[in-house]
Amino acid sequence: MTTTMFTLNAFYGLALAMNMFIIASGLNLIFGVLRVINFAHGMFYMFGAYIIFTVTKSWGAPFFVGVLASAAGLAVIALVIERLLLRHLYGKEHLMQLLFTFAVVLLMSDAAKMIWGTDQYSVGYPAGLGGAVNLGFVVLPQYQLFLCVVGPLIAIAMWLLVDKTRAGRIVRAATQDREMLAALGVNVPMVYAAVFTIGSALAGVGGALAAPRVALVPGMDATIINECFIIVIIGGLGHMWGSFVGALAFGFVVQFGTVWAPNWQDVLPYLLMLAVLIVRPWGLFGQPESGR
Amino acid sequence: MSAMLSIQGLWKSFAGFVATRDVSFELKAGETHAIIGPNGAGKTTFFNLITGHLKPDKGAVSFEGRTLIGMPPHKIVRLGIARSFQRINIYPRLSVFENVQVALIAHEGQQWNLLRVGRSLHRDATRDLLELVGLAAEASEIGGELSYGKQKQLELAIALASKPRLLLLDEPTAGMSPQETGETIALVRDIVKARGLTLLFTEHDMSVVFGMAERISVLHHGEIIASGEPDAVRNDPEVRRVYLGEQGHG
Amino acid sequence: MPRRSYLIASAVVVLLLALLPLAGSRHAVDLTTEVMIYALFALSLNVLVGYTGNVSFGHAAYFAIGGYTCAILLTTHGWPLVLAMPAAVLLAGLVAGVVGFFCVRLTQIYFAMLTLAFAMLVWGVAFKWKEVTGGDDGLTGVKLPAMLANHVNYFYFTLVSVAIAIAALWVICHSAFGLTLVAVRENNVRAGFIGVDTRRMRWAAFTVAGAFGGLAGALFGMYHRGMYIENAFWTESAQVLIMVLLGGLYSFVGPIIGAAVLHLLQVFTNQYTPYWPTVLGLILLVIVLVLPDGLVGLVNRFKGRGRRS
Repeated sequence: MTTTMFTLNAFYGLALAMNMFIIASGLNLIFGVLRVINFAHGMFYMFGAYIIFTVTKSWGAPFFVGVLASAAGLAVIALVIERLLLRHLYGKEHLMQLLFTFAVVLLMSDAAKMIWGTDQYSVGYPAGLGGAVNLGFVVLPQYQLFLCVVGPLIAIAMWLLVDKTRAGRIVRAATQDREMLAALGVNVPMVYAAVFTIGSALAGVGGALAAPRVALVPGMDATIINECFIIVIIGGLGHMWGSFVGALAFGFVVQFGTVWAPNWQDVLPYLLMLAVLIVRPWGLFGQPESGR
Repeated sequence: MSAMLSIQGLWKSFAGFVATRDVSFELKAGETHAIIGPNGAGKTTFFNLITGHLKPDKGAVSFEGRTLIGMPPHKIVRLGIARSFQRINIYPRLSVFENVQVALIAHEGQQWNLLRVGRSLHRDATRDLLELVGLAAEASEIGGELSYGKQKQLELAIALASKPRLLLLDEPTAGMSPQETGETIALVRDIVKARGLTLLFTEHDMSVVFGMAERISVLHHGEIIASGEPDAVRNDPEVRRVYLGEQGHG
Repeated sequence: MPRRSYLIASAVVVLLLALLPLAGSRHAVDLTTEVMIYALFALSLNVLVGYTGNVSFGHAAYFAIGGYTCAILLTTHGWPLVLAMPAAVLLAGLVAGVVGFFCVRLTQIYFAMLTLAFAMLVWGVAFKWKEVTGGDDGLTGVKLPAMLANHVNYFYFTLVSVAIAIAALWVICHSAFGLTLVAVRENNVRAGFIGVDTRRMRWAAFTVAGAFGGLAGALFGMYHRGMYIENAFWTESAQVLIMVLLGGLYSFVGPIIGAAVLHLLQVFTNQYTPYWPTVLGLILLVIVLVLPDGLVGLVNRFKGRGRRS
């Protein structure tokens, strides 16, 4: 493999990783605070992609308005789901929460079919980002370059939010000890609602940003949710930087897998995850669950 | 003859908080020994370290000459150490009968028997144990629906089903009425005597402790500050200062 | 006692089923064959979910391994049925043993995620190993012994296989082993302190569940004369879990009822509307929000019995 090819593949891997991180970080945030594995996260991603399609193609709005619309749309959907139904399940068994989110998947998949049908759609690159940058030895597409900038920005923003603000401290405390938090007078239900909304909006943003890269078809949710699971499991459930590392590992393995083992690139991430889990059952950055 | 249970230089800390500090301790076969100390003194942690529920940071624990360090609870039970818990620890949705029956099945190593009907095993032995602890009438009730005192007795029956030689009881009378306490203590005393058990227990009720224990050790901030016969412990100035004095007992 | 009435009721059910081909239409016979296979599939999962309290989100993997193995051995390698089927069950059990070894190190949600991950690996292999599995075209044209080619004969074959398997599962679940599993589910810590190696117990349950899931898969593949990668997908794992829950995971017969109700409902719904997912989603919402003990739990509630078996 030439330097040019290597750089190009590494770059595509990075862009994929960053797009995946944006999506997976939302799933991870929700798990970290609510301890709910949200199977509907992939569906939220798909809705994000469909919404930007409608907003940009049918209504002719600019791309970034579409991204905002996706974020806002998913925030609203998530808030309704959380306030109406999910909040009744916090005290219950994990199995019930898991199946609840699966019910959301089923209902939203049919809703998507009713709204958008089963045709395949595509979304164009945003104005000004459809070209390429020539670095001399390699030509890099602008949109992927843009993803490589946005991903770390979101990571840093989340880190600042969670580590440096009062709201973030509350969220972090919520991951540690819920009763204590309530005892301190924090409105725990509001924290949960906010986290679920923000996490889901990230899926919307991730879906919108992925739209120019992928085909919009029914079933795109099922693949992405598995990939998100791989990423957060590799990094350690609930660990933000773990997801970042997990996303990087995922991106590179998929991209280079496509080149070196073109038949098996879909299986490689699972093998990577299993290798990690055999050595570290709770993921790279994860902590053993406390025996309560 | 050496001690039945021998502990040397045991340490355990949680995130910087030292719960067990350089504890050395010996228990002779046949002895009834009480561990006392104020709340948070590290009594339950001490039990958890002996029974394999927690791993010590440092130190040695041996039972009849065998080291228990690194051994999981289920293996330690098989050596002949059974315990009850301070917080009720039964199978809340199984019947009282099944609660004990399962323990007998496990004791006989029948948990791998795929063919014999579980509920048909050890029926007599289960009934005997329930009778012994005074729960014969409640055999078919759901464990979690018993009164608090009766759940404690059920726990005792479960522990006895493992046919231990060393019995560890963590606060056997906690939450009981004075009458229940009296009955439970009489029961435990009878069982210990009849079966020749070695008993190590923690207890907050000083009248129980001084009426029953042959030897007493006092834990304070994770350290054993006194150990000996009841009178010696009662009169120990350090114990009076940190514990008995504060509590107003004695 | 209830054990005898259980036995009589089961005999009656088997007998009635045996009479079905004489009276019922071809459609009824086929539908019942499918229901029996799903019932076994759900029951196998319940050994793990109901009896140990460990939620597997990847049970389709063992169904698929059993199904593909049996189909491949019969079709590609020309093995006789009497060897292909046991081999399929054995392989499913073996893979479950290996996967279970890693999964039982974890509990709760982490356990569920890991089972899902392993199952997706199995799906990935079925998808990509085209030469052997047929990839996303599926494995079609499974060769059956001439005797089983007739749908009524296959019905009887399924009836006998499933009845034997369910009887075996009944014995296992009500054995000393099964009762100890319930103790592990109810209080893992206490079970350790009566001398039970809880991790090994869960591992054994995982393996048993996988082997019987493999048998269900083998029967399924032969019935449909084909296996498809969808059979290994996580949505299939979710579906069988819903069957277990719908029936009730704390009773032995619950999953059988759940499988029958859910499958019949699906077939019925599909005749009228393409929106089965919506119906399933709504059923799931009802289970999760108001019926956590499933249909059997509902019946027990009406009978005013709190007992769980």
